[in-house]
Amino acid sequence: MTDKELKLKSVLLRKNLLKYIYQAKAGHTGGSLSCVDILNVLYNRVLHIDPKDSKNPDRDRYIQSKGHCVEALFVTLADRGFFPETDLATLCQYQSHYIGHPTKKVNGVEQNTGALGHGLPIGVGEAIAAKLDQKNHRVFTLIGDGELPEGSNWEAFLAAAHYKLDNLYAILDYNKQQITGDNHEVMNIDSVRVKMEAFGWAVVEVDGHKLSELEQALNNGPLEPGKPNFIIAHTTKGKGVSYMEGNIKWHHGVPSSEQYELALSELSAAEVLI
Amino acid sequence: MELDKIEEKDLQMGLANQQVFAETLEALAAEDSSIIAVTSDSRGSGKLVPFGQKFPSQMVEVGIAEQNLVGVAAGLASAGKKTFAISPACFLTARALEQIKNDVAYSDNPVKLVGISAGVSYGALGTTHHSLHDFAVLRAINNIIILAPADNYETEMAVRLAASLDQPVYMRFGKKNMPFLQEENNQNFEIGKGRTVHQGDDMTIIATGETVYPAWQAARALREDHDRQVKVISMHSIKPLDTRILDELALAGKPIITVEEHMVNGGMGEACASYLFQKGAKNPFCIMGIPDEYTITGSQLEIFAHYGLSKEGIMAKAKSMLK
Repeated sequence: MTDKELKLKSVLLRKNLLKYIYQAKAGHTGGSLSCVDILNVLYNRVLHIDPKDSKNPDRDRYIQSKGHCVEALFVTLADRGFFPETDLATLCQYQSHYIGHPTKKVNGVEQNTGALGHGLPIGVGEAIAAKLDQKNHRVFTLIGDGELPEGSNWEAFLAAAHYKLDNLYAILDYNKQQITGDNHEVMNIDSVRVKMEAFGWAVVEVDGHKLSELEQALNNGPLEPGKPNFIIAHTTKGKGVSYMEGNIKWHHGVPSSEQYELALSELSAAEVLI
Repeated sequence: MELDKIEEKDLQMGLANQQVFAETLEALAAEDSSIIAVTSDSRGSGKLVPFGQKFPSQMVEVGIAEQNLVGVAAGLASAGKKTFAISPACFLTARALEQIKNDVAYSDNPVKLVGISAGVSYGALGTTHHSLHDFAVLRAINNIIILAPADNYETEMAVRLAASLDQPVYMRFGKKNMPFLQEENNQNFEIGKGRTVHQGDDMTIIATGETVYPAWQAARALREDHDRQVKVISMHSIKPLDTRILDELALAGKPIITVEEHMVNGGMGEACASYLFQKGAKNPFCIMGIPDEYTITGSQLEIFAHYGLSKEGIMAKAKSMLK
């Protein structure tokens, strides 16, 4: 896949996740748009995975701690061939496996998440197991900035540094907003870089919507041998749809038909410019 | 008090169940390098210091951080390790309850959760250190086996069986030496099957964990001093419950007492009652456990005696129900 095709993929994934949120009349729109570029890069440039052999013990692991942004994950997995995209027509419907959070009943999903602050500790366990077995696969987890205050994250930050888990990558989707408002008003996590460096992690900051920056950070690790990797991805909630960007009402807002059409037209206009 | 003195000369005193747990885990780890013990600064009370010395690469220490203990254990289990997460039962099943519910049970990561110094083992350390809620909260979570072995035999069997299962399991152990309860040639241990440790058909005491021994003492005294024949069942498997044996008891219709080192709300007794009475059982029935009040302070055995979970207390209750 060329760099241009990868950029076009980001637009397609945005259109797809909006389509299924619109159809289901449910979803975490702003956060999914915020993290979908990260997922695009992970699944198309970084993770060593095979949809036809999704339990291979040597595969890279991706655990989505911010499980509520499952729509971004589902459209990425579908696009990558883990299941037919048409399955997503059942999103959030009675008895569908495609529910509002990741579940292992869906091919390609590594862990059941949804409660916040759970992904990283599981990732620490997976990374320790890889070290014990002298395997080279890596473990990635995506953390939302709103879930950073969960104490379990900080327990895991300590453990990851203690065990020198340089095969572990925590990516912070740092869009600076959460359901109530801005992070710094709800619970200040400023100076997160300093905090993480003090916890013994190697830290890099990237533009979380620049695919090349994400790829550079995620594919050239470890950032420092013997240290777990923390990637601060500066993002925008609702990225790609002008009226959603930075507007907290789109945390789990569902577009009307007019809004949906407007969003698609904006994305199509952006697509032409790639 | 001499409540812990073995009065019956035909019982052989064993070790603390959590000591047997640790020794069994060592034996398993020696044969299987995929056995991993995860501890939260709990290797001392878990009797796992020798394990850590013999198998340093099979022990993961997370410090005093129970949520991380269970999350990390879930990750290790997901990666194929036979993972035992060991922590005092009080912290493991309260502090890390959400991790147990989501990362272990819901995610079907086959962690073996080991609650040490369970029930009121910590006695005078008080309510912060008691686990009188663990059966209740875990019974309300799908996809986890709950075991409370009574003696060293049941403990060893439970640990070996759990290690072989690709399912989440919770086991709780105490720290007091326990006698072997095997007078009735009952060397069989199965998950979901109670173990009869004393025969009788006038009534039945269903006990679990460290209360099986005082129930056995009460039954023995009732036989010797009062010629009453009381069956005692070690219901070591709280979930799944032994419904076959409950069906038999319902058919016989004789009085039933349940005894547990747990609050009366939501424990083994209520599990039995729920099954029996939805089946239309008419047995006189009584749940003995720790009542819903601020728990009295004292040693484990003083607390047992205070709430009637002793030989004398169980005898008195049994006699009142046999009249």
